[in-house]
Amino acid sequence: MDILPILSTLRRHKVTAFLVILEIALTCAIVCNAVFLIIQRVDRIHMPSGVAEHELVQIQLADTGAKADEYARAQEDLAALRQIPGVTQVASVRQVPFGMSSNNAGIRLDPDQNKPTLDAATYFGENVIDAFGTRLVAGRNLRPDDYRRLDMVAEGVRTKNLKLFPNTVVITRAVGERLWPGQDPLGRTLYLGKAPLQVVGVLAELVRPQIEDDSAALFSLVIPIQLGGGQYVIRSAPGDRERVLKAALEKLRQNDPHRIVVQKRTMDELRESFFQNDRAMAGLLIGVCVALLVVTALGIVGLGSFWVAQRRRMIGVRRALGATRHDILHYFQTENFLLATIGIAFGMVLAYGINLFLMLHYELPRLPAVYFPIGAVVLWLIGQIAVLGPALRAAAVPPVVATRSV
Amino acid sequence: MFSYYLDLALRSLRRNKALTALMVVAIALGIGASMTMLTVLHVLSGDPLPGKSQTLFYPQLDPRDKADYEAGAEPPRQVTWIDGMNLLRARRADRQALMTGGAVPIQPAQSSVDPFFSDARYTTADFFPMFDTPFRYGRGWSEADDDARSRVVVITSELNDKLFGGRDSTGQILRMKDTAFRIIGVLGDWRPNPHFYDLNMGDYSGLESVFLPLSVSRDLHLPLNGSRNCWGDGGSDEAHFETASCVWLQFWVQINEPAKVADYRNFLVRYSQEQQALGRFQRSPNVRLSGLMQWLDVNKVVPSDVRLQTWLALGFLLVCLVNTVGLMLAKFLRRSGELGVRRALGASRQAVFGQLLVESAVIGLAGGVFGLLLAFVGLWLVRRQPSDYAALAHMDLTMLAATFAAAIAASLCAGLLPAWRACQITPALQLKSQ
Repeated sequence: MDILPILSTLRRHKVTAFLVILEIALTCAIVCNAVFLIIQRVDRIHMPSGVAEHELVQIQLADTGAKADEYARAQEDLAALRQIPGVTQVASVRQVPFGMSSNNAGIRLDPDQNKPTLDAATYFGENVIDAFGTRLVAGRNLRPDDYRRLDMVAEGVRTKNLKLFPNTVVITRAVGERLWPGQDPLGRTLYLGKAPLQVVGVLAELVRPQIEDDSAALFSLVIPIQLGGGQYVIRSAPGDRERVLKAALEKLRQNDPHRIVVQKRTMDELRESFFQNDRAMAGLLIGVCVALLVVTALGIVGLGSFWVAQRRRMIGVRRALGATRHDILHYFQTENFLLATIGIAFGMVLAYGINLFLMLHYELPRLPAVYFPIGAVVLWLIGQIAVLGPALRAAAVPPVVATRSV
Repeated sequence: MFSYYLDLALRSLRRNKALTALMVVAIALGIGASMTMLTVLHVLSGDPLPGKSQTLFYPQLDPRDKADYEAGAEPPRQVTWIDGMNLLRARRADRQALMTGGAVPIQPAQSSVDPFFSDARYTTADFFPMFDTPFRYGRGWSEADDDARSRVVVITSELNDKLFGGRDSTGQILRMKDTAFRIIGVLGDWRPNPHFYDLNMGDYSGLESVFLPLSVSRDLHLPLNGSRNCWGDGGSDEAHFETASCVWLQFWVQINEPAKVADYRNFLVRYSQEQQALGRFQRSPNVRLSGLMQWLDVNKVVPSDVRLQTWLALGFLLVCLVNTVGLMLAKFLRRSGELGVRRALGASRQAVFGQLLVESAVIGLAGGVFGLLLAFVGLWLVRRQPSDYAALAHMDLTMLAATFAAAIAASLCAGLLPAWRACQITPALQLKSQ
């Protein structure tokens, strides 16, 4: 098909052609960036946690009145929970992955260092690693003789007595790689304030309760500190969770009735609510993308119909001069392809510009080049589908139109 | 003339129903989406205390040690107990309140209601007059109550409904953490958005259910909620927070005369210098004094997702408008013949231009009506989302008027170019080709 006659026709409809190109360019730019955002959100929603998510329930209690010996009660609670049939592991905790509430600490390689090297979530509590089901990739788990009581540690902070602190810590692989890139972290020492902790074990992954920066999502430490507060994580087979949760609440109530259940949820629920905003955002972006493509397609249909109506005589003349229906159909399809191509070219530049703006204001990464060809193909397809109707109508114009005055 | 143009416009729109529908739908979608997001943005960036906010200020001091020092960095966003108490007692502003968040176990007298935990605010007396809180019954406590560590409490009307069936409960006893508190006030309807006085509790979180004197909360070791930042040997337990080098309290002041704001800032600098001379502060004075609205900006209260969605919606509106311009241009140019006849019969260019603009305004109005419906649907969808601000997404009169104005302005803009192009038609040429 000869492109030159199409171009010369378009030159006589500059404004309309320009509008089609502009619309396609804007749609292309917005859709490229929106799809990029959607994929990032979806990736985020599927962020690994490193824990046995389908097997865990969390229970958090709070005292209504004055509390008795919390540490003794915590031991009783743990013993009672362990006896529930179907329970495989129990831990006392102060925070859980995706739990939103988090204790964090600045980690230093040298106690006199001015700024901490990194900020990590600090998991305290007994049996945390086994109960969470995180995988230990090197070293050992924490042992009973590693543990110190939280009230003693607080005492140590107040009196600046380093002896009251624990000496060991288990870190995630991500923390090890940041602190000692390319080296084995086992046996090395990191500092929490002035307190030295020796790395005895390395976990594959353990996500933080609250994620401010996705690149630091796996910066977690497990520190051997015994807790008195009533927060527990119970592990069981996925199907048993419901029953175990009920039995656990009953046991805990028997142990000390002067407590209120503040929180009882499965780890699946935790992940669900943690990422609810991301899910809503992804849904909204998908909606806008679809609406944009539909509006653009309808615009092409509308303008296409107008052009066909306007050029009825020209089509008639061409048909009378021997052009086949196929030629006419092809003419409009090629015209649309041309307009779409120019629009897509502008759209790519615009998409890049929007991405730069987003990178500046919303800390987004650069738009990968792979989005450009995908965006182009999508818009070409939409354009061709949209123009098919008007083009078929054009092809149906009989040659006899040429002989009539409109 | 206008009614004639209107008649012409309606006839022309009726003649080509599919095209008209397409234009109306495009405008409606664009307007609906952008007005939904603009309404959310409008609600979220609103003033929590209209008429009062310009007199409220949030002082920041820098009591930290030399570690991590960076010149010009923002001071901590809360204050220590010592600084908070010093500033409170200095009384250099018209009103001042020191506060923090917490949670208390409430033990209702009726055995039918199980004990439950409730969010609480521990604050000083000026909180109520400073923030203009409405009272349904009773009043707030006085400074004398703060000093006497009186076990008094102000509750929300929601809690009053739950525990006392909405009756006037002032003078009654409310047991919290095994301690008897006398109810002295029940708040009226009050839900400042955002939760400006303590943004650590969630930017758009609801009101705490109970308010009690800060001094009492410390006596009873009531559990604290919110954010705390410690430095040096700070990381102590809650029981020893008064002396710890930790920031965990919010301090607000009311300064009625704008001229006195600079005085207060100078006072903060002088205070920092004194503390530095005493050896308590190690850094040179680094103070900020933000107004309420400025404080919300500093804290980036409006979620970045909402801003992004607003941009997206405006982009969508732009595409819809370009679409409408194209369709209108097509429509107007197609009527070249008719317009040529009108011009030849004596209609001026302006008259034709006006006629075409009326036609596009009609489309805009129809688009606005449908857009408004879509915006209501959109806001309903936003309210179904799980975010803490979702429940606030309601259309108000300003936004309702803005929606119509935007729809008509948008379609008039979209009509300008096509109408201008259409009145450039030379009548003779059109008549000849007929």
